[in-house]
Amino acid sequence: MNKIKKEELAVAALKNGTVIDHIPTELLFKVVDLLGIKNLKNSVTIGFNLDSKKCGKKGIIKIADVFFHEDTLNRIALVAPNVKINIIRDYEVVDKHTVSLPDDIYGMVKCSNPKCITNNEPMKTHFHVINKENIILKCHYCERAVGKDNIILK
Amino acid sequence: MSKHIDLKVEQKKQNNGKTLIMNNASLVSISDFSKEDILSLLEDARCFEENPNRDLLAGKVVATLFFEPSTRTRLSFETAVNRLGGRIIGFSDANTTSSSKGETLHDTIMMVSNYADLIIMRHHLEGAARYASEFSPVPIINAGDGANQHPSQTMLDLYSIYKTQGKLDDLTITMVGDLKYGRTVHSLLMAMYYFHPKFNFVACDELRMPDEYKAFCDKHGIEYHEYHEFSEDVINSTDILYMTRVQRERFTDIMEYERVKNLYTLKNSMLCGSKENLRVLHPLPRVNEISYDVDNNPKAYYFQQARNGLYARQAIICKVLGIKVK
Repeated sequence: MNKIKKEELAVAALKNGTVIDHIPTELLFKVVDLLGIKNLKNSVTIGFNLDSKKCGKKGIIKIADVFFHEDTLNRIALVAPNVKINIIRDYEVVDKHTVSLPDDIYGMVKCSNPKCITNNEPMKTHFHVINKENIILKCHYCERAVGKDNIILK
Repeated sequence: MSKHIDLKVEQKKQNNGKTLIMNNASLVSISDFSKEDILSLLEDARCFEENPNRDLLAGKVVATLFFEPSTRTRLSFETAVNRLGGRIIGFSDANTTSSSKGETLHDTIMMVSNYADLIIMRHHLEGAARYASEFSPVPIINAGDGANQHPSQTMLDLYSIYKTQGKLDDLTITMVGDLKYGRTVHSLLMAMYYFHPKFNFVACDELRMPDEYKAFCDKHGIEYHEYHEFSEDVINSTDILYMTRVQRERFTDIMEYERVKNLYTLKNSMLCGSKENLRVLHPLPRVNEISYDVDNNPKAYYFQQARNGLYARQAIICKVLGIKVK
């Protein structure tokens, strides 16, 4: 059994569920928060600081018997754009793809402009993704742009 | 945090030139207008200047909701409605309304839309008009939302330029003073995009034109030059001299304010060598950035500019209500 196989076993094989892979180590717990994993009742395996050929060290999350809505998974792209999603059914990977930012993000990001209407009315925020590569969002209401490093998640 | 330059004009082109004016015909931002919209509004404004008293709003009620005081803009809009034969309800001080009791903007707009055919609103919060336009059953005209948009000011600026120059194309526009926070210069810059302008930006470092607007110019091949010094050389090459107020509260360093506050003042003597067609514009109120000795120069146009606001607003009101002017 080669090294990778052993490693996979170390974080438990999944019969059915979702594997979120290639998470940059420093962003692992942000992704955990983003998906609300601590509120799940299902079994979840979180791997931290695992060796990765692509990015040196990586994080991985395996969630049994949960298949997230695509919009939910794409939220991850807000903080970590190259994360891989594997959908597992009966121990087989039936779908594998990279998360991608949607064109519009509703209710997830807080506008950093205190004078924006969204911070003063009971309403959903709405951001346009104006640059997917560098992750730049623009508030639909006050029209201020916000870069990756200044995005405040609700 | 920076402000991104929105280019709805590009989206419009992708829609085969169809005019995408806004939800329920509201006007929130100048970029809601296509070139064709702007040109037809200028023509309508010209008609209103010939005859401002027309009964086009007979039987209609217009609400002017000024959550933030603004005498100039409110009087201009209310005069426009009156001269069109409409009736006005509204308030000019949010402290006298349910907002002061904690009512949401949503509820105020829903309540007022029961009574009025059109809502003209000014609000201190940015994005307030966009939000209102999303759920209001009647059209919204944005009369200013914080530091964000003030599209009727831009329309009156465009009309003033058009009227004094006889065209909008290929003009040299020099913007002076507060180019960082001044929403009028930003909106004008974007609206002029359609007309192949050349810009001179005259400001101190603290108040220079933000990078995103210069990037907008670069992207669309609009020529611009930046200057610290407000010199006659710059003035002499200019068709439109757009002055703005340098406000003390914009400075983090008061010493810097004291140093620059008089550097960007226009004096009559500075207009000696200027082009015959040059006109001086200013969104008003003026403090000390234009000397009083300029007022009698035929090139001073700021008071007529304010009057043009009436015609531009009459045109806007008719447009959002779908009323043909001719």
